Amino acid sequence: MNDSFLLDGEDIPFTPGQTVMQAAAAAGKYIPHLCWHPDFAAHGSCKLCTVKIGGRFATSCTVRAAAGQEVENRTDELDAKRRTLLQLLFVEGNHFCPSCEKSGDCALQATAYEMGMLTPHFDHFYPDRPVDASHPDVLLEFNRCILCELCVRASREVDGKNVFALAGRGTRSHLVVNSDSGRLADTDFTASDRAAAVCPVGVILKKRLGFTVPIGARTYDLNPISAMGANAGQQADSRANAAHEKEVG
Amino acid sequence: MAHEYLNDTTSPSAAATPRKLKVATVSLAGCFGCHMSFLDIDERLLPLLELVEFDRSPLTDIKHCGPCDIGLIEGGVCNAENVHVLREFRANCKVLIALGACAVNGGLPAQRNHLALADILQMVYRTGHGLAEGSSIPDDPELPLPLNQVHPVHEVVKIDYFLPGCPPSGDAIWAFLTQLIEGKAPSLGHGLLHYD
Repeated sequence: MNDSFLLDGEDIPFTPGQTVMQAAAAAGKYIPHLCWHPDFAAHGSCKLCTVKIGGRFATSCTVRAAAGQEVENRTDELDAKRRTLLQLLFVEGNHFCPSCEKSGDCALQATAYEMGMLTPHFDHFYPDRPVDASHPDVLLEFNRCILCELCVRASREVDGKNVFALAGRGTRSHLVVNSDSGRLADTDFTASDRAAAVCPVGVILKKRLGFTVPIGARTYDLNPISAMGANAGQQADSRANAAHEKEVG
Repeated sequence: MAHEYLNDTTSPSAAATPRKLKVATVSLAGCFGCHMSFLDIDERLLPLLELVEFDRSPLTDIKHCGPCDIGLIEGGVCNAENVHVLREFRANCKVLIALGACAVNGGLPAQRNHLALADILQMVYRTGHGLAEGSSIPDDPELPLPLNQVHPVHEVVKIDYFLPGCPPSGDAIWAFLTQLIEGKAPSLGHGLLHYD
């Protein structure tokens, strides 16, 4: 039997052990996602990558690819569910794109564009989440956190520092900083950490870089996130890093 | 969901010359930036005026909204007057559109929502820097009472369509309106759909 499965009717090859998401990304196919990143183990929490395999819902970042699977991805039904998930994320936080320096490089925003989200639809929570500007090089803007834990994973697995964690349960879940004061300045976090470059939204922001690349010339201004293939969600990382290196030298 | 009744041709007079659509516009808790962007459709205003006429709008200075086909709402709802005006638009407009970021999610004014209104008024009029001696919170009965929080318009009345952007570009507004007037459900692709 061939090692391939059908994604929206298209043959996708895979190597044993790959997830549906990994195989699709390797083939340059876009499955919407926020908490998945190719450099990290699957998290399976954002549910944006939910597909239908043989008629059953499954998160494509956690399901192993298997020969002969029939996977539905960009169907109206699934995109409508993704749109609802995005709307829930938008009303839970304070996502004011016009005043966010990540606008145009933000995977949440770009994914919402891709899903044709025109309104957050639900009633807004407008939570009170003070920012942490204590660190000399990095600002933490908690209002925009979507709890993907990419910074938690990057700090733990790559940087070996455990700077971030999620605390609380349910709607009270929130990102915390691992220091006695709870302030980023009182950790050994630096702007060159992997965790400083992995945030898909505008929470972890390197200072003094905000508008180095003007609005209109940013990652997802130029191409929709679906056109990024395997690199969806990471282009903005590398662009921010390049700008940082240019600035800081 | 296309509003085909916008192009109702069943009435006898409509068959000869289609009736112009009535459009009303207003800025609630907004900055008029969306109206400025509306003017950015530039010379396309002329063909648009072949198809529509304006009822209440800053462009006409008519004070109350009469029966209309399309209502464009800029800005969120921050005070009691905004609620009355929004309800008047909903009662009179067949199709009501939230135009721009503030109408869609509260926008910049909604960034006060995590603060207590009383604290804000105290800070701005009583304890802030650079205030005149004896400065006090304005209480003229003609001033509309501020709401505790700023709300997107869809939290107050039913909204038929949303056109986000701060502001939505002239091109986005033009694409949106022309599709709607043609009786199609408006859709914006990459490049026209923006939240910023």
